Amino acid sequence: MKAIIHIELKPGVLDPQGRTIARSLAHLGFGDVKGARQGKTIELDLNTEDKKIAQAQVKEMCEQLLANTVIENYHIKITE
Amino acid sequence: METAVIVFPASNCERDACVALERVTGKKPHRVWHGDTELPKVDFVIIPGGFSYGDYLRSGAIAARSPIVQDIVKKAKTGLPVAGFCNGFQILTEAGLLPGVLMRNKGLRFICKPQTLKITNSRSMFTKAYGDKREITVPIAHFDGNYFADKPTLEKLESSGQIVFKYVGNPNGSAHDIAGICNEAGNVLGMMPHPERAIDPLHGGTDGTAFFKSILEARA
Repeated sequence: MKAIIHIELKPGVLDPQGRTIARSLAHLGFGDVKGARQGKTIELDLNTEDKKIAQAQVKEMCEQLLANTVIENYHIKITE
Repeated sequence: METAVIVFPASNCERDACVALERVTGKKPHRVWHGDTELPKVDFVIIPGGFSYGDYLRSGAIAARSPIVQDIVKKAKTGLPVAGFCNGFQILTEAGLLPGVLMRNKGLRFICKPQTLKITNSRSMFTKAYGDKREITVPIAHFDGNYFADKPTLEKLESSGQIVFKYVGNPNGSAHDIAGICNEAGNVLGMMPHPERAIDPLHGGTDGTAFFKSILEARA
């Protein structure tokens, strides 16, 4: 099974990298870009076939290491 | 006074920390590898600067989960004095010994320069030897030094005297100009500036020396 984890800065936390990306896109002429937020994606190969167990394990991984919940939110997607 | 300096893969300030400690204490510090599970019997621990584990995932995140840091967390909770400089500060927040987090500098640049700091808590065990001196200049050298914490945490840090150093002319966007904080008990301190790089006239200044003297006097 695979877990795809998306980690993003919480709303309200300043994201200078996202802001710079948005500015650069505007310079390129993409005038419709109102803002950008940069996050990261982590893909895990898991040794279990039980979706529920996988979900619980990955949540624990996010809490313990993968995300810093002071400034980051995470979303988990479990796939076959 | 017996001291220890923790060494991670890609630490790069451990030598400077050792030299600073030896000058003040007259004794060579123990250099402790991150994979060790227990600290030697010491009175003070420094987590030095650098780029532990290449700053992978988040600065300090992997180092904070290493075996030796688990022992540091345990002993810090029973009063062992611990200081983290730069990457060491990032590791202490990631390990949960200090509140908040160090984010990317607001200006998205690595900043390396002498920085003036205001001592905002002169009674701490890390600043007592500064006496009446209220401003010092020590180097900063970091990319992720932008201190962030939620509003209640910042208010609590302010009201309880846990903010030990503030920047004069905020270089990186840190909330409340925070350059260094300590925990509630006052025995764990993290700061982005490098006092260990200001202990010799050839460094361009010696304002870091009193930092180490403070701890020596507190533990004597």
